[in-house]
This record gives sequence, C-alpha cells and structure tokens, in this order.
Amino acid sequence: MFKRLVPHPLLTLLIVVVWILLNGISWGAAVLGAILGLAIPKLTSPYWPDRPHIGSPLTILEYAVIVLWDIVVANFQVAYLILFRRGESLRSRFVTVPLDLRTPEAISALAGTITMTPGTVSADLSGDGRALLVHCLETNDAEATVATIKSRYETRLQRIFEK
Amino acid sequence: MIDIGEIAIAALIYLAAFFLFVGSFGLAKLPDLMRRLHGPTKATTLGIGSMLIASMLYFILERGTVSIHELLISTFLFLTAPVTALMVAKAHILCDKESRKQLPPTGRPAGWAVIDGPQTERARKPTT
Repeated sequence: MFKRLVPHPLLTLLIVVVWILLNGISWGAAVLGAILGLAIPKLTSPYWPDRPHIGSPLTILEYAVIVLWDIVVANFQVAYLILFRRGESLRSRFVTVPLDLRTPEAISALAGTITMTPGTVSADLSGDGRALLVHCLETNDAEATVATIKSRYETRLQRIFEK
Repeated sequence: MIDIGEIAIAALIYLAAFFLFVGSFGLAKLPDLMRRLHGPTKATTLGIGSMLIASMLYFILERGTVSIHELLISTFLFLTAPVTALMVAKAHILCDKESRKQLPPTGRPAGWAVIDGPQTERARKPTT
C-alpha cells in the first residue's frame, strides 16, 4: 500500500525540500511541496517502475568530490584547447565505451559525468543499453580515454548503484 | 578601505566572466557541431559555478544573510546541461549522414539507439 502511494520515497522527500528551499520556509510552501512530492512520483511511476538501489552516502560523497574536481580541471583544459589551438588541428573522434553498468540510473549518471568532465561528451547509447558513444575533443589514445572512464567513474558508480 | 571579501567576490566574478567568454568563444570558433558542444558544456559550468559562489559570498559577507538559491541553481544546471548536450548530439547524429558514417561500431549485436532504435527488454514492453 505504502509502495503504491509513494513509489519513490527519496524523490518525494527531495521534491518537498527543494520546493521549500525555492519558496521560503512557510506552511503554504510545505503543503504545496507535499502535494507535488506525492503527485509527481505517482504520475511518473509507469515510466520508472523499479526503485533504484542507492549505496552509502560516503561513496556518493567521494564520487561527488572527484567529479567536482574533474569539472574544474576539465574547464581549464577545454579553455586551453579553445583559446590556443586551431579548431581543425584538434584530433576529435568518437569512441565506444562498453558498459558494465546495468541499471538505467547508473548509466544516466555515468553519461552525465562523461559530458561534464575532461574533453568528452556522451552522444548516444547502443540499442541494447550496453555501450556508450562518446565524443572526445582531443585524444591521441582512445583506449586510454576509455580505460580512464571505466576505472575512474564506472567502478565507483557500480559501488553506489549496484552493490 | 579595501575589503578581502570584496576582492574575493570580484576575483570570482572575473573568473566566471572569463570562462563564460571562453565557452561562448568555443561555440563560435570550433569547426563542427560535435566539437562545438564541448565549449558550452564545460567551460560554462565553472563560469556559472564561480558566479554563483560569488553571489553567495556577497549575500553572506555584505548583506549578512545566507542565500541557498544559488546551490539549487547550480544543481539544476549540473543535472540539465548533460541532458541538453545528449539531445543535441542525438539530433545531430540522426540528421547528419556524414557524421553517421564516422561512428565506431557498438561492439554489440544492437546498433546505436538513435539510428536503430532501442532493443532492450524494457523498451519492448508496452508502457501502461
């Protein structure tokens, strides 16, 4: 019964908190936030039937710190490439990243991370959801790029979502 | 009197302006769409990020109030920017025959989703 009414309790909590933070702390905001927090997960649950498993907050925090640091580094690298290299001389190409992740939430998190971090944008997923198409802005060694993505992000995401 | 807080805020705003400029410059300068995507997705995140940190610092140091809207803005930005980039890239692959030829093989029996369509168990199941 509880699961039917509240298919994603964490999402409900998140919506209420974000709504209150956006609109100021008041009873009106809390009530409207609660209505939205109950209605949105209920209405979207046909598209998202399984409740994702989420690992310990510590592993998530570690992952967030690593990704934030990589975003800062990525910004400087991409700024350098944009300012000091001729566009045609950049060795850009697509690479295929085979995925060990299986849950859709983990794959979306990985795709988002790849887009935000050094010189890579995720472009597409294979039809069976087992490989990711990634575009690299500047790469000499495609295999090294793929290996970094897998060891740096994918193994950590596996620990968060699939263990 | 020169205040350290003011210097920090000003430095963050300059950093933000620099990275936002570089991101937009990359969008204009780079030769093709996939390379152009790299500018706005990356250089601007640090730009917007330091602008928002500067804003938070300003409210804490100069006004004496804590403003958390900036944290929400940056969270929403970090969540939506990759999705936008993915959609632009997918549309590009779908529409541009030249770049479709350059795609590497998936290494799987199924092709890329945007060309051949999804083939997972879940996709075949009709949604209610």
